[in-house]
Amino acid sequence: MSSEPFVSMKNISKTFSGNKVLQNVNFSINRGEIHALMGENGAGKSTLIKILTGIYSKDQGDIFLKGKKITFMNPKQAEEHGISVIHQELNIIPHLTVAENMFLGKEMTYGKCGILNKREMKKRAIEALSKLGVYDIQPDNNAGDLSIGKQQMVEIAKALTTNTELIIMDEPTAALTDHEIENFFRVIKKLKADGVSIIYISHRMEEIFEICERITVLRDGQYIGTKVTHETSFAEIVKMMVGREIGERYPTRNHHVKETIFKVENLSLAKYFCDISFSVKKGEILGVAGLMGAGRSELMEAIFGFRKLDKGTVELNGKQLVIKHPSDAVKEGIGFITEDRKSKGLVIDASIKENIALTNLKTLSKYGAINKRNERKQAKQLMKKLRVRATNEEQIVKSLSGGNQQKIVIAKWLAINPQVLILDEPTRGVDIGAKKEIYTIMNELSKEGVAIIVISSELPEVLGVSDRIMVMHEGKITAFIDREQANQETIMTAATGGRSDE
Amino acid sequence: MNKLKDFNIAKLGPLLGLLLIAIVLGMMSDSFFTLNNILNLLRQVSVNALIAFGMTFVILTAGIDLSVGSTLALGSALTAGLLAGGMDPFLAICIGLLIGLMLGALNGLIIAKGKVAPFIATLATMTIFRGATLVYTDGKPITGLSDSFAFEMIGKGYVFGIPFPAIIMLIVFFSLFFVLRSTVFGRKVYAIGGNEEAAKLSGIKAERVKIGVYSLTGMLAVLAGIIITSRLDSAQPTAGTMYELDAIAAVVIGGTSLSGGKGRIFGTLIGALIIGVIDNGLNLLNVSSFYQQIVKGLVILLAVLLDRKSK
Repeated sequence: MSSEPFVSMKNISKTFSGNKVLQNVNFSINRGEIHALMGENGAGKSTLIKILTGIYSKDQGDIFLKGKKITFMNPKQAEEHGISVIHQELNIIPHLTVAENMFLGKEMTYGKCGILNKREMKKRAIEALSKLGVYDIQPDNNAGDLSIGKQQMVEIAKALTTNTELIIMDEPTAALTDHEIENFFRVIKKLKADGVSIIYISHRMEEIFEICERITVLRDGQYIGTKVTHETSFAEIVKMMVGREIGERYPTRNHHVKETIFKVENLSLAKYFCDISFSVKKGEILGVAGLMGAGRSELMEAIFGFRKLDKGTVELNGKQLVIKHPSDAVKEGIGFITEDRKSKGLVIDASIKENIALTNLKTLSKYGAINKRNERKQAKQLMKKLRVRATNEEQIVKSLSGGNQQKIVIAKWLAINPQVLILDEPTRGVDIGAKKEIYTIMNELSKEGVAIIVISSELPEVLGVSDRIMVMHEGKITAFIDREQANQETIMTAATGGRSDE
Repeated sequence: MNKLKDFNIAKLGPLLGLLLIAIVLGMMSDSFFTLNNILNLLRQVSVNALIAFGMTFVILTAGIDLSVGSTLALGSALTAGLLAGGMDPFLAICIGLLIGLMLGALNGLIIAKGKVAPFIATLATMTIFRGATLVYTDGKPITGLSDSFAFEMIGKGYVFGIPFPAIIMLIVFFSLFFVLRSTVFGRKVYAIGGNEEAAKLSGIKAERVKIGVYSLTGMLAVLAGIIITSRLDSAQPTAGTMYELDAIAAVVIGGTSLSGGKGRIFGTLIGALIIGVIDNGLNLLNVSSFYQQIVKGLVILLAVLLDRKSK
């Protein structure tokens, strides 16, 4: 094995319609290395990857593959040279089988007349999966029936069928459960041991420090530097990414919670959760932890009226509520920031102001006609309050960054002056600077007396923002833990079913 | 800034197309740009435009209504029946419009509550309504309607020289323009078409809005039917056959996206005018109706392709 890097990119520059999106960026990866590529949204990570894989052409600079200068004209060429990409949104066609998915576009045939050699493809599929140490996926399984974690394994195995030497993974753990992440790490360590290189793009610091050997940071299209992981720290990397110290990751909470205002009792919904009771105080942030599939999102959707409860009661300010439709919850001052902001939170092609107005069209209108001036005023105020970075309130939401889109979703709910605000994974896909801002907003709201419920799958986040943590496992509450007693172990014990009641 | 410019061009595309077609036809035929012909054209366009206005709402919610032609026929047959029975024309027309509203609401209920895909639901009601019309009329035209001034006026009248159907069309256009642009209902229509889940989770009752848009469309279809009935002095059981296609064409030429959430009613007005101008102009030029269909189809294709390009 030579000591020269498997791939190295030197002085790469790229300009899009006058915008310099990459300027003299350097990046190199060795054989069998896991190398993190970090930077805030818009820093140029995906452009760099697209140049490497031939989707974009570079304006300047050189790419070397095993020391030889090369330029790929399209992703197919890159794949032929052993470079494959696994996107955050998996390329799985749900109605096809695992084997069919793995050989999509490069089906094996008997001769040239296009008759599929299914037996050979199945055999190869099994080979590739067992190379990963995965034995519980059958080539005949319907891909859509597999969990996200297993679908990802199929994607990795798919890359292996083409003799890949470098896999680029974009936010590979974003949709995985903790258990699946463990399994995933085991698989990529195995790949590494086999000499496969991995470019690992992620916002999750903890993971990167756990598995990557080196970290390259980009900011605003500029190459900031490459660090050896065990010689650096969270703080240093964050500073490289945002260009300044952002201080503590989580804002300090120094106000007192008041009386209980929101209370649910004995909520049940078959298949999802059973006998759930909890309460939240004015000004309190209740974190909800648990593995994926613990029923947390379904519980919140049911409280909000998006699903129908089998039984149970919901009380606000001592008054029992009848919530049959989200509109009832909105009327009572309950806001719900959904997990998936693109498919459930925003009308992506509409403007900022129109999205914000969606929750309170009634108060903005008279005799059914919208008062446009108030609509604009409201949008402006909330954009200012949440420090949304946009040209103006007429900007189409689609063109905003992830963090700013999330702020619009929050703004939409602040427009109803909520008493209770439920946030489901509020910082998913949001860069580190915007994360901090969202935490700060949550903190300010709770100071103003809003009762906040926040679901998060990132343990450090739950620990960092909550006053109290409720842990769920398979549709049941397994623990309530106060901030002082909470740590990753107590939460994980409860989340995996071990009871640790106070 | 760049974006703003593109936006305006996309907005003006159909209008420019209309002007271009009109100028070409004007050069080819002396009688095209006469006052008489223009007024005649407006009257001809009004029926399709009214149906297409409703269709715009439906398509904005990412739906489709194939039953408009049959709704038109059934509504006007029933109205004609009431008139032939000697009912006061004003009352009969109100009842007719209400019937249209209810037929549309039925579509809406099947789609919103029954969760049937709009294409299938209205394909079914299209046949059902047509069948019901044939049963009611026994397959024969209903004649001997009211000879009251008010009823005659609707299809044949003029106010200050402008055909009455065109006036109805313009009043409906301006009302609906306002509804889409400035009312809560209009905003909800766009929101549902843009992202139904997000709209629901923002507390919008999507089912109600959908029932609303199909009801509106049903009512406008019958209004168009009453204009035809008044003009012909009879209700034909086959009235409105294939009208859904011209209505959908007008909406699409006008730049409204079939996937919902994006579009303007002004575009639909222009779309309906483009179709009307082509029909009218080719008639003036004595082009056979066989060729007219080919030209119309090509214009639809061209409009959509240009719309794609501009995005």
